[in-house]
Amino acid sequence: MLTLTSSRHTALHDWSAGGKLAGLAVFSVALFALPGLWSLAGLGLPLAATLALGLFPEWLRLFRPLVWMGLVILAWHGLTGTAPEGLTAVLRMFAAFGAANLVTMTTRLTDMQAVFLWLARPLAPVIPPARLALAMALVIRFVPVLALRADQLSQAWRARSPRRIGWPLVFAITLAALDDAEHVAEALQARGGTE
Amino acid sequence: MERSLTRIALFAALIAALGLIPKIDMGIGVPITAQTLGVMLCGTILGARNGALAVLLFLALTALGLPLLSGGRGGIGVFTSASAGFLIGWPIAAFVTGALMGWMKEVSTAGTFNAAVAGGIGVVYLFGVPGIALVAGKPLVEAFWGSMVFVPGDVVKAGICALVTVAVARARPGLVQA
Repeated sequence: MLTLTSSRHTALHDWSAGGKLAGLAVFSVALFALPGLWSLAGLGLPLAATLALGLFPEWLRLFRPLVWMGLVILAWHGLTGTAPEGLTAVLRMFAAFGAANLVTMTTRLTDMQAVFLWLARPLAPVIPPARLALAMALVIRFVPVLALRADQLSQAWRARSPRRIGWPLVFAITLAALDDAEHVAEALQARGGTE
Repeated sequence: MERSLTRIALFAALIAALGLIPKIDMGIGVPITAQTLGVMLCGTILGARNGALAVLLFLALTALGLPLLSGGRGGIGVFTSASAGFLIGWPIAAFVTGALMGWMKEVSTAGTFNAAVAGGIGVVYLFGVPGIALVAGKPLVEAFWGSMVFVPGDVVKAGICALVTVAVARARPGLVQA
């Protein structure tokens, strides 16, 4: 499965993932703590970084789903006569989103996972890290499997029915997930379990 | 032990797969994506603990940079947008839905629908509305009324969740955690 990490290697890829995430946390808190105009500067920071690193087109594409959300917020504030506050809110959201995406784009999944497992260490008595890592690997393996199954089922539906796809498709995929879980559990047990 | 681990992982994958399938006609002519339906199903089928863990696992992998949310969205950025509150509410929604299912003597369509509405709509909006208010810079009341446009679609999803859960309970007796 493709991750959102950029395949184009940049200097930021070599920075430590923990450092980048800590920086992002500080950046996001500051963005909400500082007054309105700072959000413009906040958006400038990831913008300048992506331009300098040659990641700008890729970074900009990630904003696509957020554009309508920004427009709704602007229109909403416009209707209630608070347009400047609306602009600040949208800029702030775009700045936080842009900075977070920059970190996602320049950090490999394995590095992110290492930070996550380190953060999850206090939970070790409840969720042992090895089990957590196995669960994550299973999800990554089974998303394409279930997606393919869903695609095949919807093709079969279209071949047989002129009606739009309905809830029985969800039932079939859910049942597939439950059955796969049983099979994988048996396979794990047969190989000595997860301990 | 293995079974609960694989169910948590497979249902996390199911939430992602439900975001990838072509939009489903929910019966009211408005096609909507089915990811919140996946969250409700985690609660109704896996129960409170495992359902919440499956949703947490899904969100963790999304945050790590996998494009698992509908429309191929992912990364830490999704937790900074106006819909972040809804995502944060998801695991708690699955937990509440599962806990309500646990109180039922048997899996019924009406009971499952009520559990999915309480968890998948009540709890999700309890977190989602303040999220909108915070990010959009609006008072809570306005954010509440603004987000009500999505509720009819969510009620339909709760209905589908009830139908699917009852059908699964019949197809695989003993697997639904009620």
